[in-house]
Amino acid sequence: MALDDRSKTRDFKVIGTRPVRPDGIDKVTGRAKFGADATAPGMLTGRVLRSPHPHARIRRIDASKAEALPGVKAVVTRADFGEVPEDVFDILDNCMAGEKALYDGHAVAAVAASSPAVAKRAAKLIEVEYEPLPHVTDVDEAMKPEAPALHEGRTEETVPEGMSPNVISRVQFGHGDIEAGLAQADRVVERTYRTAATHQGYIEPHACLASMGPDGQADLWCCTQGHYLVRNTCAAILGMEQGQLRVTASEIGGGFGGKTTVFLEPVALALSRKAGRPVKMVMSRSEVLRASGPTASSSVDVRIGMTKDGRITAGFAELRYQGGAYPGSPVDMGSMSAFAPYDLENVRTVGWDIVTNRPKQAAYRAPGAPMAAFAVESAIDELAKGFGLDPLEVRLKNGADEGTKASYGPTYPAIGLMATLEAAKSHPHWSAPLGKGQGRGVACGFWFNFGGDTCVSLNITPDGTVTVSEGNPDIGGSRASMTMMAAEELGIPYDQVRTIIADTGSLGQNEVTDGSRVTFAVGLATIEAARNAKREMCRRAAMVWGIDEEAVVWEDGAARPSGPNAGEHPPMTLAEIAAIASNTGGPIAGHYEVNAEGAGVSFATHMVDVEVDRDTGATKILRYTVFQDAGKAVHPSYVEGQFQGGAVQGIGWALNEEYIYGDDGVLQNPGFLDYRVPVASDLPMIDTVILEIPNPGHPYGVRGVGETSIVPPLAAIANAVSEAAGVRMTDLPMSPPRILAAIENG
Amino acid sequence: MSQIHVTTSINGDQTEFLCEPDETLLDVLRDRLGLTGSKEGCGTGDCGACSVTVDGRVVCSCLMLGAEAEGHDIGTIEGMAEGDKLHPLQEKFLQEAALQCGICTPGILVAAKALLEHNPAPTEEETRYWLAGNLCRCTGYDKIIRAVMDTAEDMRRAS
Amino acid sequence: MWGSLAEAADGSTEVEIEAGTLRELLDGLAGEYPGLAPELERGISVAIDGRVYNDSWFTPIKPDSEVVLLRRLKGG
Repeated sequence: MALDDRSKTRDFKVIGTRPVRPDGIDKVTGRAKFGADATAPGMLTGRVLRSPHPHARIRRIDASKAEALPGVKAVVTRADFGEVPEDVFDILDNCMAGEKALYDGHAVAAVAASSPAVAKRAAKLIEVEYEPLPHVTDVDEAMKPEAPALHEGRTEETVPEGMSPNVISRVQFGHGDIEAGLAQADRVVERTYRTAATHQGYIEPHACLASMGPDGQADLWCCTQGHYLVRNTCAAILGMEQGQLRVTASEIGGGFGGKTTVFLEPVALALSRKAGRPVKMVMSRSEVLRASGPTASSSVDVRIGMTKDGRITAGFAELRYQGGAYPGSPVDMGSMSAFAPYDLENVRTVGWDIVTNRPKQAAYRAPGAPMAAFAVESAIDELAKGFGLDPLEVRLKNGADEGTKASYGPTYPAIGLMATLEAAKSHPHWSAPLGKGQGRGVACGFWFNFGGDTCVSLNITPDGTVTVSEGNPDIGGSRASMTMMAAEELGIPYDQVRTIIADTGSLGQNEVTDGSRVTFAVGLATIEAARNAKREMCRRAAMVWGIDEEAVVWEDGAARPSGPNAGEHPPMTLAEIAAIASNTGGPIAGHYEVNAEGAGVSFATHMVDVEVDRDTGATKILRYTVFQDAGKAVHPSYVEGQFQGGAVQGIGWALNEEYIYGDDGVLQNPGFLDYRVPVASDLPMIDTVILEIPNPGHPYGVRGVGETSIVPPLAAIANAVSEAAGVRMTDLPMSPPRILAAIENG
Repeated sequence: MSQIHVTTSINGDQTEFLCEPDETLLDVLRDRLGLTGSKEGCGTGDCGACSVTVDGRVVCSCLMLGAEAEGHDIGTIEGMAEGDKLHPLQEKFLQEAALQCGICTPGILVAAKALLEHNPAPTEEETRYWLAGNLCRCTGYDKIIRAVMDTAEDMRRAS
Repeated sequence: MWGSLAEAADGSTEVEIEAGTLRELLDGLAGEYPGLAPELERGISVAIDGRVYNDSWFTPIKPDSEVVLLRRLKGG
């Protein structure tokens, strides 16, 4: 779907305003129903028993004592699941361990009982005989040939022979000649950068309520970023037909990628099937941290060459990401995005996907990109500062623009990187003075943004108001955006449209709320559904007027005659057409189903000032400004909110957050006290500058905005801290002890 | 274990319930009284999503036993609006888009209301420290802090 | 084609396939370069003239189109 010609100059009436979101009242009054807020008649409580070992063979499970406890209605283990298709095998194995427990917290059995207290007691009565095995949790250690192997036979053909079976795959991207490029450089920086695994940290733990009857029909309520994906995955795991499982998405209390898979849902369905009763399951915070997806930890080697006037002659990165106990770390995304902001003749990345005895990683906001950007943007900063060059000028000199062959292959259409850099350069933040012990950092970031399968159904009610049904859980205000786009297209006020998230029985397939796709793809489908409804309403008006439907146009919420032979007729409003729908052929609706294509890539530049306390090693964020291209900001407040939220998650990643494993392979900080996400008193206001370089692939020019904002902060903050501390920081998080050690070692 | 009979006031309504001796106030509110506006984000007092007031003081209801509510005045998010009239903080959060997913919003509103009752003219720093026990992962806090301070200003003007 | 695919395609980073649609292109690739089969089966994304496509078989490819095979994209 191409950008409307008139969108470039168009005066939008609704797009760009800041109305109150449709789910707002429910969310400020406590009425909104989240995952754990549902109940059902006869409901049981489900609870999971988890492995205390990071790696162990499961020799035997004896549930007889648990089953004998009064109030216990069902116990399930892996034996209760049959053979499953290959593409969901790892997902099932992560939800319920098979032959081996592969990480601390891996589910090994589950129980359903009449109360939470009974379920808790019953879980303790399940006897599991483990044979502990050697384990490995560090990415570089796991690559060594002598490292304990998690799996055999999973290595892809892309991996050279002789490596550890923990090395699953290798990807390579790029073009040009790295060595020739480096030879042209006046200086080459070669360093290794490391980042710790961090968790998405959504405040709402995973929760679901499953009900399955002996007829094989089932209903599932859960907090998820994609209830269609939950349906398809659970149906495959439980051997059901997709049409027999209806999934309803609750309000979702944050996801950031972490709710794009299943953890409890297949287990709750299996328990419900066995017990013949509805089963509710809710994770505790420690379960969330131990057993739901953090992102990968990484170790990245970078070599970048630059001439003394700031031209990058070659860029190389070798990325090693561990994605937990199963294949699928986002190293491929990291390898593709590492150099994406730059126009380079010689660029190459190599990515290695590694398994370790940690929880299976799940997507986390621009999966794989922040770690790669941390390494590349740190090295560019070091080169620029080494030559005494302005780091923004260096980026402007090498930045990608329309027509650049991207480091991952394609040629860019119109993109917004340069606009973000220019805006950063002219912003007062860039020229503001810094005090003693303070530093300023900048960095750029890139994310692809996605499209994918999308359905929207738009119905005209008899009184002329409009309902929109879409299939993507609203995680940050997307119902408001859809309502706005429908109102804009139909030419009616915002408050005459209401958007809901339909269950899986009500629409066709919908991709997950991920990849910053919703405002783009669901928005596009909403606009097209509205256009289909308008065409039908014009046809109805034409019938009434007795003229050709081609002679009717839709303007300002009404059908109007147009053209030489249309005749004189007063406009018919949407409400007037709706009122006589039964007389003109029946109810009126517009719908649209599409595999949406044409998502526009997005870029951001972040600027941050920090102060480092040389006595304690503590870092304070003094000022932060985000410059990002939104294509077209539909609801600017929620666009700003995405920019701010991503930046602050990045601040947490850069300074505090870290999965800490002891030598015993057990997670040492499975709680918000020790896994410390940023709190209000850690932060300043986060300033935002929205750039609008229209996406050529959307009627209004919309690009996704949700993910890019977490890509630059790691490097921007590291560049600022390095300046303030007078020493280059290469390992995240830059916690006080690390900064003190770095200062000491000079 | 025999259950404990508790008489308390919740959002101004006289309320009686039975609870287990080890049951938290949060579980009582959510599972026995149907007041699911208070959320459990951690169960350890670190996230503030379960914030309620006890005689006007902000408390993590996951850290308090249901039995301890005996004789006290409990305030939850469900009691914040008066009928169909939203509290000025609720209004401001809507107008200024100070929420994204909304899971932390009830706890933040309860805590912010207590702040303004305690200090009608908080500085940004005071607001940030008062709300430091309420985690929000979506917004980066910017719009939340602004909404609380803007509400304080409106309320001062109106009084 | 990205490096890993190029290796599987006997070292060619650019190949010529007679194809008018995405499906013809993928079939042609699999036919000419059997080494690509595992990567193609795992799923790839395709950028045609800078625009990314996932599964739309009948996306037309013009004679002068730039076609780039990518690793399958997944987001958060």
